[in-house]
Order: sequence, then C-alpha cells, then structure tokens
Amino acid sequence: MDQILFGDNQFFAVNHISDEKSRALSIKFQNDRAILNTLDHAIATGINTFMCTTHDRIAKICEYIRSHPDTYKDFKIFPCMPYAHKYANAVTELGIVGTIKEFIPGNIFGSLFKGGTAYLSKDYLSIMELLVDAEMKMFKGLNTPIIFLQNNITDLLLGLRMKNVLKAFHDYIIRKYNAEPGFITMNMPQLLDTLEEVGIKNPAICASINKMGFRMSGGREVYENVLRTKKLRVVAMQVLAAGAIPPKEAIGYVCGLPNIESILFGASSKTNINETVSLIHEYNHKYKMEPS
Amino acid sequence: MIKVGLIGAGKMGISHLSILGAHPEVEIVGVSDTSKMVLDVLKQYSSFQTFTNYEEMMEEAKPQAVFVAVPTKFHAAMIKNVLLRNKHVFAEKPLSTTVEEGRELVEIAQTNNLVNQVGYHNKFIGTFQEAKVIIDNGYLGEIFHFTGESYGPLLIRAKQNNWRSNPLEGGGCLMDYASHVIDLINYVLGPIEKIKGSILKSFYSKNVEDSVFSLLELKSKISGVLSVNWSDETYRKMSTSLNIIGSKGKIICDANEFKVYFKTSDCPANYSKGWNVRHITDFTPPVNFYLRGEEYSAQVDYFIKAIQKKVPNTINNFQSAWNVDKVISLIRNSINN
Repeated sequence: MDQILFGDNQFFAVNHISDEKSRALSIKFQNDRAILNTLDHAIATGINTFMCTTHDRIAKICEYIRSHPDTYKDFKIFPCMPYAHKYANAVTELGIVGTIKEFIPGNIFGSLFKGGTAYLSKDYLSIMELLVDAEMKMFKGLNTPIIFLQNNITDLLLGLRMKNVLKAFHDYIIRKYNAEPGFITMNMPQLLDTLEEVGIKNPAICASINKMGFRMSGGREVYENVLRTKKLRVVAMQVLAAGAIPPKEAIGYVCGLPNIESILFGASSKTNINETVSLIHEYNHKYKMEPS
Repeated sequence: MIKVGLIGAGKMGISHLSILGAHPEVEIVGVSDTSKMVLDVLKQYSSFQTFTNYEEMMEEAKPQAVFVAVPTKFHAAMIKNVLLRNKHVFAEKPLSTTVEEGRELVEIAQTNNLVNQVGYHNKFIGTFQEAKVIIDNGYLGEIFHFTGESYGPLLIRAKQNNWRSNPLEGGGCLMDYASHVIDLINYVLGPIEKIKGSILKSFYSKNVEDSVFSLLELKSKISGVLSVNWSDETYRKMSTSLNIIGSKGKIICDANEFKVYFKTSDCPANYSKGWNVRHITDFTPPVNFYLRGEEYSAQVDYFIKAIQKKVPNTINNFQSAWNVDKVISLIRNSINN
C-alpha cells in the first residue's frame, strides 16, 4: 500500500461535521471535471492511489481514467463497496428481497429462487458474489490491488456475528479478482479478533484513528494496544476527526503509531491537499516510517 | 446478561440485532420474522435461533426483553401481547397508529412496571442535547419562535409498493419522518399543544403524504413551524434540524453541527458573545460498538441499562412517544377540520 491514499468523501457531499459544508461540496463537485481536476492535483503531489466508493459517479471517473491510459499509467484504485445509501434507500422502498432483485441483473434471481424452498448455503453466498461483481463492473481493466468492504456492511456482519460471510467475501476477492481483500470498520479491535477466528491473518483494515478517539469504538487506548501488540496492516482514516483536530497535531499523532501502513484523507482544495501531504511526509520522515 | 428477542428483522430490526449482537451484556435468544429468506440467512450464517411466529419465539426462547421492529400497524397488538407476557419492550417509532391504542400501551407498561422505550434516536445526539441544556438554563431568554425541519430522499419517484406507502399500515411522511421532528420539539422546547393549520402534500405517493407543513403552538404558547419532506433528493440521507430564536440569542442545530448566537456575554462559561460553533465531535461520548451513528448504539445501551436499573426509564419512554402520537393525531385533525 502507498503511504498516502486519496479518498472520495468530499466528492459526494460526505462531511461528518456540517450539513452546510455538505451542500457546498455537492455544488462544487457536481461536474465530473471538478472531481478529475482535484484528483489530478492530488496525483501531482505524488499520490498514486484513489480509494473510492462504488458510487454511480465513480463509474464515469473510471471511464475517463480508462480512456487516458498514459496519464494514469501507474494509478491504483482501491474500490470500497457497496455504496450503502443506494442499498439503504432501496431497502426502505423495496424491502430486502426487492432490493436484491433490483441490483442483480437478469434472471439469476428468478431462477435461483424458483420454488422458494431449499435455499442452500451456497446460494446466499452466490448472491453476495453477484453483488460484488455488479459493484466491480465499473473498475473493469483498472488496477485494483485491494478491494474493501465498507464499514456499514463489515460492522453489520460483525454485530450479527456472521463471520463466515466476512470470510466468504475475503476468499471471493482473492479468487475472482486476484486482489487483496480489505475491511473498513469503526470497530477495529473486535473485527480483528473475528477475522483471526476465521483464519484471516494480517488483514488490511481501514479504521478511524485519531488523537480524539472519534469513531474509535471502545476508546483510543484499546486501539493503540491492538496496534502495538497485534499483526495487521492499517489504513488510518478520519485522522483529522472531521476537522476537529488541527492538521499538524492530527498527523503527528497517527504517524507516531505502529502498524499504520497508510493514511487515507480527502480534501477538496489544493491548499488542503498540499498541506496534508507535506505534513505526512514531514512526520513520516521524523518517525522513519518505512514504506511497504 | 439480559436475554433479548427481536420481532421483525427488516431494516431497523437487523440494525438493532447487530448492535445487540455486539453488546457485551446482551444474549440474543430469538429472532422472529415472516420472511423466509431473512430467517434462512440468519439461520445459516448467524447463531441466533429463528422463529416464524413471534409468540412461539417468546414461549420457547423466553426473552426478558423484546425489540419490536415491525410495520407500525402491527405495533399496538404485538407490543400489548409482549407486555402482557411481562417482558420489557423497545419498539420502533411511532408507538402506535391511534391515540387510544397508544394510551393502553403506556398504561400496561406502567402498571406492570416494565421498561418501555421507543426508537426516537435523535435524543441521543449530542448537538440536540446541547440545545436543550442551553434553553433549559434560560440562556436563549424568552423563546419567540422556532422551525423544526427534516428532509431526505426516502421516496423520490412514483414507484412504491411497501408498507411505508400504505396509510392503513402506518405509512406516510407524517408517521415516518415528521414524528422524529415532533418528538425533538417536544423534548427540546416543550410539548406541542395546538396545531394552527397544516398542509399534507403528496408529490409522488398515491396514498400517503410525502410532506408535512404545520403551524404549531406549544403549551408555553411559543409558536413554530414544522416543515418535513421525505421526497428531497438533494439530501444524501435524512437530515433533521432545529432553528430557535429567543430574546437573548438563537440556535441553529442539526445532528452534526451546533451553532449558537448570544446577544450578550450572559452565556454559558465555555461560550462567548456572538456566534459559537460546536460539532458533534465535541459532544459525542464513545460507544462500545458503532454501526450507523453513536445514537443508535447509545439508545440500545440505555434500554439495557434501564432494565439493569442503572438508568431511569425516562428518555423515550412510551409516555413521551405517546405524546408524539397525540400531535400526529392533532395534525391529521387540523386537515380534516
């Protein structure tokens, strides 16, 4: 993993701190060109990985990247699936079965459920696999070395203790996409224990890591202890705690922790991108973080 | 360990189930749903015992507490049934479709001394709690007027065939979305007593309203506007806000951000004259398990703690949810008249 990953929340009006800022972002990035310009700027600072949700608009960005292979030659994308709101809104409107029907194309669903009796275990995992394939379609031909499961789903499965489904996602990503599976979570300590239980070793986990303990379930100390004592490869997100921690302090803290392989951040302005990137370089150098 | 059962594993039910599943002091003893597919998935991939019949679930699994997350029209009968079996109840909102049924539920729960709570999760959000503290302590002075709003993209096209679009099943924007804002106003500013007029408008739905606009009067005679629309696709998800003006200042508040303006320096210690902006990061106590917002975990935890007698059963109890049902009924009547 690269030391710095560029995120996409800012492109889709995801701002954890202000609905007003969300709307401003939504206006600023309503054209794909604005997204590409920001992405290009991030690339100009040396960032080489875009970590993004499977939002419909990402499909268009992917299309552009595909059609400009020279410009984006070594560019990597870490897809994060699914874009949950799409499904959550659909579940409210159509129900769970209706949602699956909506998102799985063709007759697969009909044939799979014909008769409505003996649903074998394999069938549900096939549905999961079909949904993964549907989400991955937009990245066809692009370099996606790590594919992440979004925290809404990771943590839902974690709470439901459906560890075999987490394992099935893990295995499918390796088998079908020859990529490394990753998990985004707001519950890193519990998730790591669960993944280890099903034999997943040294997993790539993306979690909130910040000096404030924001969205670090169970508290900062528990997280720090896991980072010190366990084997995992962490992408730190929400490093700035949605802007609540001054950048210097925020990045200084995260760079000083063990087992942090990457820092994920998103920004909408050139100034903020430049500032964050140079701070990460400064502190990485200070703590002599070795690139992987 | 508190033994918990769930009735209704839909969108809210599954979310509660996951939060309960991760709770260190909860043992999930049974899940009931009418969807064979949902039960099959749970049977195969989780360790929860599943039932097609909720009464059977209660008989066999013997939960101490039950989460009821079924379409609203089933609430009254099911909750009553659960209460009569002497089980604590956490129900999804709104409490019931009629004021009469709701009253009965409040009474049974109180008489039988059972912990009772409804899922109005906004009360567990730090920004709204802060608004209440500021107002209760008089820092906004005499309240002149307020606006309570909620917008979201629940229904943005003319295509629907589930219970939320059926008025007989407790669907509609008033029951589903506006109930949250009504509850929040009751909590932060005091009980709504009169409805001066309402517009319930459909944009896409055939059978229910997609929006609710009402003029409100509180028991304290404070006036306000309720503006709710679940057919607004410019919102990524449901967004609820309060805008309150008083003689000493003004509050603009949503789930993420708390802005308060004080006319003078007569304000709480950590605030100053003029605009003050605080964020949810300043107010949010950490939870042990996060799924979709701290407030969802916090409300479940509060319910469990109330059963353990560690907290009083005051926030979001049936009585307070019934107060929302009464306002819903007032709004409906303000149209009919």
